[in-house]
Amino acid sequence: MSEPASPDLIVVGAGPAGMAAATTAAEAGASVLLLDDQAKPGGQIYRAVEAADAASEAVLGPEYMAGRPLAAALRSSTVTYVPDAAVWQVSDGREVGYSAAGRAHLVRARQVILATGAQERPFPIPGWQLPGVMMAGAAQTLLKSSGLAAEGAVFAGSGPLLYLVVHQYLQAGVQVAALLDTTSSANRLPALAHLPGALRRWDMLGKGRRWMAAIKASGTRVVSGVSALKVLGDERASGLGYRVGTGPWREIQSEHVFVHQGVVPNVNLSFAAGIKHRWDERQLCWHPLTDAWGRTDLDGIAIAGDGAGIGGALAAEAAGRIAALGALRELGRIDAAACDAQARPHRVALEREGRLRPFLDTWFRPADHFRVPVDDTTLVCRCEELTVKDLTDVMEIGLAGPNQLKSYCRAGMGPCQGRFCGLTVQELMAREQGRTPEAVGYYRLRPPIKPVPFSELAMLDADDTANDG
Amino acid sequence: MFKRITPESAAQSVAFDFEGRTIAAWPGDTVAAALLAAGETQFRTTPEKNRPRGPFCMMGVCFDCLMVIDGEPNRQACQVLATEGMRVRRQNGAAEIGPDDAIPGDGA
Repeated sequence: MSEPASPDLIVVGAGPAGMAAATTAAEAGASVLLLDDQAKPGGQIYRAVEAADAASEAVLGPEYMAGRPLAAALRSSTVTYVPDAAVWQVSDGREVGYSAAGRAHLVRARQVILATGAQERPFPIPGWQLPGVMMAGAAQTLLKSSGLAAEGAVFAGSGPLLYLVVHQYLQAGVQVAALLDTTSSANRLPALAHLPGALRRWDMLGKGRRWMAAIKASGTRVVSGVSALKVLGDERASGLGYRVGTGPWREIQSEHVFVHQGVVPNVNLSFAAGIKHRWDERQLCWHPLTDAWGRTDLDGIAIAGDGAGIGGALAAEAAGRIAALGALRELGRIDAAACDAQARPHRVALEREGRLRPFLDTWFRPADHFRVPVDDTTLVCRCEELTVKDLTDVMEIGLAGPNQLKSYCRAGMGPCQGRFCGLTVQELMAREQGRTPEAVGYYRLRPPIKPVPFSELAMLDADDTANDG
Repeated sequence: MFKRITPESAAQSVAFDFEGRTIAAWPGDTVAAALLAAGETQFRTTPEKNRPRGPFCMMGVCFDCLMVIDGEPNRQACQVLATEGMRVRRQNGAAEIGPDDAIPGDGA
């Protein structure tokens, strides 16, 4: 093994938070192991950024290029960077289990920083499981990694990423059939309360408005006030049906449907580690409980970036550096005064990036009926193929929570381990039982959080024996 | 269908087998990206109801793009980089545990 046997710090995830945390710690002399499930550094936001050129900047925008110096700093650092590594466990004793190149490893570190980022929020509408339907982030991934775009696609949903991807398609000269906007007008008034703070980031607000103006100027069909969606097609998507307000159903034909309604922290690893979480009513998702240094209730384990709550790429980078400084202090590599002083500019950046967030969260809050489907036939658990009716029938028995639901119908027990049904099941149960989502709670997640072959685990024992000998 | 927006660099492309069809993959393509570029949309059928599925999240969290790659079932096509000579096929129904040639429907 090329990695240090027992590094000072293990960082999980090579997005903005993870790259910043790993390089900051390594620059101060700490031995750092950085594990990431992708082949190249960047995370989702800066995916394939090392291969970016002027042409990709023209399509993807200058914000994307901000990942280049982060990746370059990582490459020239002393960080032991392991790509294509699937982390399946972090124990409360800071032992990290991962698989890479067909082998499983268990490595214990003195400090651990989880930077697992975000995933797109589930968007359970009728037919969302059909081939041809993808998340808008998936469309962007294909654009970034492979220069692929789908001509004549229909985009539906709400949130900055949705408009950004449509804008990027248009910049690439790819025609978009329609943008169906589900942003609820009921959000406007509550969002206005957050406008004073948001106006301090007028530059960001202006950017969003420019994207929308460019989309409209392109002649792309934009439909606002969309109140219902259903994917058309039987074996694969053939289009998208929609309603505006209480109006009639209309249809747009397309073999590509991209949906999006925001992003949520990727909490499978932090939950499985046993870290305490709280329900965030504004972001409608779980946040691990962290302090000003990203530290959790588990000794030596911190969380930085969108995995601790959605803040965006620049906030994640700042949080990554702050968490690394906190870890360096714990490691005795810097004293408290130096730690505070070095963290200060990053705290300023973090505060600055956070100003727009309450407005965005409120303005783009997904409507209740798009988070919890009203149609009985809509699939909730994609893996185990369970519909709203399948679940509510079981809930009628009077279940204590989502974990009991598992034993009745296997909801959340398929390969995705609840990543695309957990929030829906939780809120569906809250609706059916008249409880708050927080009171209902989330699936109890256990390691391994990613599938790992038994053969690899068996070899792990052999490794240990060899090491002991 | 998906199309490339960047000029092709054919010299660097690799070829792999998808159920008898030769698929050209560009540098940086995952198996899923290369198949989507070739117009393929159905990557598997579900174990319970035998329904068609394809890539959905493209970032390794939805597990809907599970395929049999080089004989190994349950591989996430959106996470595996395409390499020369790879053998890829749909994972229809539940994954079978055992050697590749024991899986029904394998043409080999």
